Amino acid sequence: MSAEIRKLAVWVEETHAEMGRPIKPATRKAVAVAVIANPFAGRYAEDLSDLIEIGAELGGLLGARCVAALGIEPGQAQSYGKAAMVGEGGELEHAAAILHPKLGAPLRAAVEKGAALVPSSKKMGGPGQVLDVPLGHKDAAYVRSHFDGIEVRLNDAPRAGEIMVAVAVTDSGRPLPRVGGLTHAEAEGKDGLR
Amino acid sequence: MPEVEIRKFATVVEEVFHEGGPRATTPLRRAAVIAVIRNPFAGRYVADIQPFMEDLKPLGLTMANRLVDLLGGDPSVVEGYGKGAIVGAAGEVEHGALWHAPGGYAMREVLGDAMAIVPSTKKVGGVGTRLDVPITHINASYVRSHFDAMELGLNDAPRADEMALMLVMTTGPRVHHRAGGLAADQITGKDGLR
Repeated sequence: MSAEIRKLAVWVEETHAEMGRPIKPATRKAVAVAVIANPFAGRYAEDLSDLIEIGAELGGLLGARCVAALGIEPGQAQSYGKAAMVGEGGELEHAAAILHPKLGAPLRAAVEKGAALVPSSKKMGGPGQVLDVPLGHKDAAYVRSHFDGIEVRLNDAPRAGEIMVAVAVTDSGRPLPRVGGLTHAEAEGKDGLR
Repeated sequence: MPEVEIRKFATVVEEVFHEGGPRATTPLRRAAVIAVIRNPFAGRYVADIQPFMEDLKPLGLTMANRLVDLLGGDPSVVEGYGKGAIVGAAGEVEHGALWHAPGGYAMREVLGDAMAIVPSTKKVGGVGTRLDVPITHINASYVRSHFDAMELGLNDAPRADEMALMLVMTTGPRVHHRAGGLAADQITGKDGLR
């Protein structure tokens, strides 16, 4: 089963200055969102494999949209994250089915490598509600400068029978990182942690 | 005159495939750009603020061109537009009014001979404030199918001494428009209204 997409949105933020200090090059974050029909809205389904396949489709689609919106080569992506918000006719487990079993592999293909766990969040919600997508370094989860997040919200989604699925990708860390820890330059990116 | 100090840009592109009705053969696309700038008049009353409109003109052109790029680079696909401003709490709504001329004329210049007034709204607000930016047809304000709006905002802007300036362009009517009125192919005059 493929995703029945009602709407796609791609949001890009660039931070050129903070606290009066210029940031060159600007830090940039992209988040791509798909609003899809929830095939299991309003009923209990034991087998969620349709949503698992939809997750695989959206991981590739939304990851590629982020990379395109940033105008970068896949290998220039530095951090990523994923999240889903399920409309009131569904259940939280629907978000888990989309996000966890199969979304990661095609997302990693879209950003090259991706040794690290893709940080995630999920919730139930309605139109206009905020979904915070966590961000972490894509190859080394301990890179401290890249722990971040990005907020998405659409005033008209998710409706009761819908799910909002978001993938975020950056080409940079926080604007003025200075809390130490492992850096992007130091990361080996072999075990996904350091 | 004060230089325009940009802290942040954000862009969003939405593709609307349907809203519960027949799937559109060509999805409606809606693009927006937000610039977060320092408000040079924050914190005090300044009588003569009009010179800042001149300073904002290059920013307006930059933003209008970015919107056309986000929609594929061809200005002829643009059928609707709108603009807005959120002024941070240390400013006044009058500061937002400075965006009318540079924001509006920048889009009309980039789009060639757009004839209709650019609809707008503005308010004072804090970080996370949302603004519903109105949208109408670029050549005839009474075209009913193109009346629309886009909700925009940023979780971290505008700070008290900032303004968030917004421009919006769309590629067509509401996805299931059927409320009658003047149709886009019935535009007769050159008055920007019908």
